[in-house]
Amino acid sequence: MSAHEDNHAHDDHGHHHKETFITKYIFSQDHKMIAKQYLITGTLMGIIGVIMSMMFRIQIAWPEEPNVLFEALLGKWAPDGVMDADIYLALVTIHGTIMVFFVLTAGLSGTFSNLLIPLQIGARDMASGFLNMISYWLFFLSSIIMVSSLFVEAGPAAAGWTIYPPLSALPMAQGGSGMGMTLWLVSMAIFIASSLLGSLNYIVTVINLRTKGMSMTRLPLTIWAFFVTAIIGVVSFPVLLSAALLLIMDRSFGTSFFLSDIFIQGEVLHYQGGSPVLFEHLFWFLGHPEVYIVILPAMGIVSEIMASNSRKPIFGYRAMIASILAIAFLSTIVWGHHMFVSGMNPFLGSVFTFTTLLIAIPSAVKAFNWITTLWKGNLQMNPAMLFSIGFVSTFITGGLTGIILGDSALDINVHDTYFVIAHFHLVMGISALYGMFAGIYHWYPKMFGRMLNKNLGYIHFWITAVCAYGVFFPMHFIGMAGLPRRYYTNTNFPLFDDLANVNVVITIFALIGGIVQIVYLYNFFGSIFFGKKATQNPWRSNTLEWTTPVEHIHGNWPGDIPHVYRWSYDYSKPGHDEDFIPQNIPLKAGEEELQH
Amino acid sequence: MTALLTIIVLVFILIAIWQMVKIFDLAHAKNENTQVATDKDNTMNGYLMMGFLAFIYVITIISFAKWGDLPLLSNSASEHGPTIDNLMIVSLVIIFFVQTVTQFLLHYFAFKYKGEKGKKALFFADNNKLEAIWTIIPVIVLAGLIIYGLNTWINIMGVDESDDPLIVELYAQQFNWKARYGGNDNTLGKANVRLIDIDKANILGLDEADPNAQDDIITTELHLPVGKPVLFKMRSQDVLHSAYMPHFRAQMNCVPGMITQFGFTPTITTADMRKTPEIVDKVNNINKIRSEKSKELTAKGSDALEPYEFDYLLLCNKICGKSHYNMQMKIVVETQEEYDAWIKEQKDFKNSLIN
Repeated sequence: MSAHEDNHAHDDHGHHHKETFITKYIFSQDHKMIAKQYLITGTLMGIIGVIMSMMFRIQIAWPEEPNVLFEALLGKWAPDGVMDADIYLALVTIHGTIMVFFVLTAGLSGTFSNLLIPLQIGARDMASGFLNMISYWLFFLSSIIMVSSLFVEAGPAAAGWTIYPPLSALPMAQGGSGMGMTLWLVSMAIFIASSLLGSLNYIVTVINLRTKGMSMTRLPLTIWAFFVTAIIGVVSFPVLLSAALLLIMDRSFGTSFFLSDIFIQGEVLHYQGGSPVLFEHLFWFLGHPEVYIVILPAMGIVSEIMASNSRKPIFGYRAMIASILAIAFLSTIVWGHHMFVSGMNPFLGSVFTFTTLLIAIPSAVKAFNWITTLWKGNLQMNPAMLFSIGFVSTFITGGLTGIILGDSALDINVHDTYFVIAHFHLVMGISALYGMFAGIYHWYPKMFGRMLNKNLGYIHFWITAVCAYGVFFPMHFIGMAGLPRRYYTNTNFPLFDDLANVNVVITIFALIGGIVQIVYLYNFFGSIFFGKKATQNPWRSNTLEWTTPVEHIHGNWPGDIPHVYRWSYDYSKPGHDEDFIPQNIPLKAGEEELQH
Repeated sequence: MTALLTIIVLVFILIAIWQMVKIFDLAHAKNENTQVATDKDNTMNGYLMMGFLAFIYVITIISFAKWGDLPLLSNSASEHGPTIDNLMIVSLVIIFFVQTVTQFLLHYFAFKYKGEKGKKALFFADNNKLEAIWTIIPVIVLAGLIIYGLNTWINIMGVDESDDPLIVELYAQQFNWKARYGGNDNTLGKANVRLIDIDKANILGLDEADPNAQDDIITTELHLPVGKPVLFKMRSQDVLHSAYMPHFRAQMNCVPGMITQFGFTPTITTADMRKTPEIVDKVNNINKIRSEKSKELTAKGSDALEPYEFDYLLLCNKICGKSHYNMQMKIVVETQEEYDAWIKEQKDFKNSLIN
């Protein structure tokens, strides 16, 4: 059966059967509903992750001072309201895990790949709606396990989000390495299964289900980004799965993949011949591509939103695709830059320095292309546009310091200091979050049929933007002063006493930045019910999703799927009255399609 | 109670925002309320973009002025230290140049080309010349940085055994450090954690039968003679640790089951370092902070903080468990004579065992 017939079958299904509450809202196979499920689950996980970060920021600024917030939220982990050192490590561990995987991978990629791939390529749904449903529910299950690990007697996983053994392998090394770590590993294994099912689905859908006329060089950059992201995911996530499985074997079945010659708490353990460095290799073989899994979808979203709101074609469409491909390729051969001082052969360090610094080239091309897209545009300052400009700003600021961290000689002295935290939070944390916010503000009308309030959006953006710089810019300096990360308190080092006031400034910005997200949550959840009703194409964009009716229907288009006659960036094309020409409008007589 | 009050205040703030926005919306009721940016929104946000550019510049200047002297960009105490510092300064200059220019272009364009009704954007989709320029310039700059960086890296990591370096083992365990010197023969005896015998006080697992081990010296402070190359051999007994010596621009992980290494030559003694103007300033500043803190503490009935005196430190810089934040060892760099006198006072392995 060809894809086309399949689509029609789907379509008929939508017309003839009334869906029950359960098939429509819970075990839905419709990509638009699954996208919303991903978004809301990711948002809830994000709330947990952000509250955790506010708690440990309070501890860093005012170490070992009692706090009612701790007493209320941490219970036995904060006797008399003073945070315990073990739970501090657990908080940073789970914050990292939740933000990287559950919010910025599943919440970002899961939401927008699901929502936009079928809508923007002109397909009735994903290639397999059933696998898509399974993918979401596995993600949901892994979220439940991760959250439930917070309530384990000996505490949740606390070995850092990189869970390096032996610390993560030996329950006697740390309370969190017992049941908490087991649940962490199980949760991540399920998460990876979910991610793989999702990615395979995205790849197949993009390759097979594009509508007539939608050639690869007419695809919006969002789809290119999601497509390449899915490929990176399929290549690298299985390696983390194998690392997790081997670690489970070491922990529970007595193997020695990562452990050797250990004496702990008065006894010699039986492990022999393994190496923790092997785990580091396996972990970072996913871990580094993972940051591109996080940032590429944000880049795609920003490219699309910038073009649409600048009323201009994206500058250098082909260069943008080429740089996505170059970044994707390079991302798989740079993992060793996390391991310059791990005991790895210094010669390998040289190789990884070389490949790592090369990534700056496609990244620079992208940044310049975004800036040029703004040049002589007619910029519509919608909240989504503000977040897109904010994305480019933090991506540049954070990305530039990568030149220092990627340089093995310089990494010696700033490795594992706050400099690293400042770098990656700006370049992939804040940037990807901005990409996600931009996407939410832009496609909210498509998801919920209503508009987000723009004034709340402006308040949300500007306060967040100031706080993001306020938190992470000074952090570079305390890192350069040599302050290590993951320290419960710095009071044991008088050497760092002059950094204490910087940490207070950072925490105040972090608290304001965290609290202002309530404005966004209020806008998001309130507008589902009370938002202004959306029109079909509120941003006057070219892509196909805006040709579907505002009310969601199964199969996306009531009639035939529209055909595509042009690329998605015909904004302000000379010779046309309107400043946008949707992709499904045929070329005028004598009009030439741009050789892009 | 405080929590309840906080929640109530937050709820009021939310209601206030909601009301403000509602008033704002009502004020615009005669216009189409579509939640799409109007010319007015574009103008306001365009100006805010310029304001934000100023904010970025201001926070950069403040950070450098207030905290720029914190970074370890000067006062490195090892022979290779200045080469890292110079590379760092070159990189920082490039970064801040690019940062200043690109942020300006981004925010200025956002302000300059803010949307107006009826205006049409320029249809400008591609330009190979421009693309080539901003591909080639980063290629050249990065090629320079890569060559410079790798050169520095190879010089630091290449250990020249012909210098006859002092061999010192750094031994990490949850949550403290030990140092082991090779003794008169400058050769470390064989060791494995399987040989640890707490009852006999063989705490590092030295091979008691190995002749090289007999004169090894185990200490809890790291003393180094100035001007002599040192080659550190790192071991860990339980989990990953990282030996971080920021003043010497040195760091290497300690990995259970293998021996890692890092070498450097200390160039300034602790006593001389304490006299440099930068360190004098830093110590005075820290002591001012500490005495203020002490006033608060004594008012509460706690003990005052001791005044700070500068010392080189070895810190653990790889998460290793509950007390990771307090895993440190003092490093003393001294003249050869002082070092010789110190090492003579230490017990050697043979004599430290309890039989």
